[in-house]
Amino acid sequence: MKFTIMVNEGPYQHQSADSALQFARAVLAQGHEIFRVFFYHDGVNNGTRLSVPPADDRLIQKEWSELSKEHDLDLVICIAAAQRRGIMDEAEAKRQGLDADNIIEGFRISGLGQLIEGGIEADRTVVFGD
Amino acid sequence: MAMLHIVNKSPFEKVSFRSCLNHAKAGDSILMIEDAAVGAIDGTSFSEKLKAAMADKTVYVLGGDLAARGLSEDRMIDGIKSVDYAGFVDLTVENETTQSWL
Repeated sequence: MKFTIMVNEGPYQHQSADSALQFARAVLAQGHEIFRVFFYHDGVNNGTRLSVPPADDRLIQKEWSELSKEHDLDLVICIAAAQRRGIMDEAEAKRQGLDADNIIEGFRISGLGQLIEGGIEADRTVVFGD
Repeated sequence: MAMLHIVNKSPFEKVSFRSCLNHAKAGDSILMIEDAAVGAIDGTSFSEKLKAAMADKTVYVLGGDLAARGLSEDRMIDGIKSVDYAGFVDLTVENETTQSWL
């Protein structure tokens, strides 16, 4: 079965970013497919590579990035939510005249249409957030 | 068409769990995750409301989230089923749609 997962909460905010990650792992472990993970609202903060938690804490952004690499996942960040919160890829930073980008490998920035398409293409859409 | 209702807020803090119970239909399933897991405990100001819903709905709790809050499964309302993340995925497959009560 094909899944789309929506993540509306940032890392270290409460528990939903962790819940979504664990759910995604369980979906893949059972042989299902993840069509897309869409990050919206504060969820876009799951896509920064500049987060440095204490050494004994998990690095949620890196875990998503590694899961994406391992399973070729499509991790999409909402562009409007990302611009508000300072999540930029190289092209977007250049377009906005900014001096840096911070998106982590495995994520891409796109529009809300990607969520709608995810809902249409997947058999199940499961939402995580605070 | 059966729906899986996913609740993640404590019924002692937010009204979303009560809203869920007011909207869920017979034959639906309700899964308590994150802070909602505390709703599984018997003998609280919320437990009778949940027991009433269990007459025609099946109620589950994410066992890890209950344990993470220091709560033992033997304090749960009789009839609530504890699942792990694999069980969570199974519930989303068995129900045609899901609703997250954020």
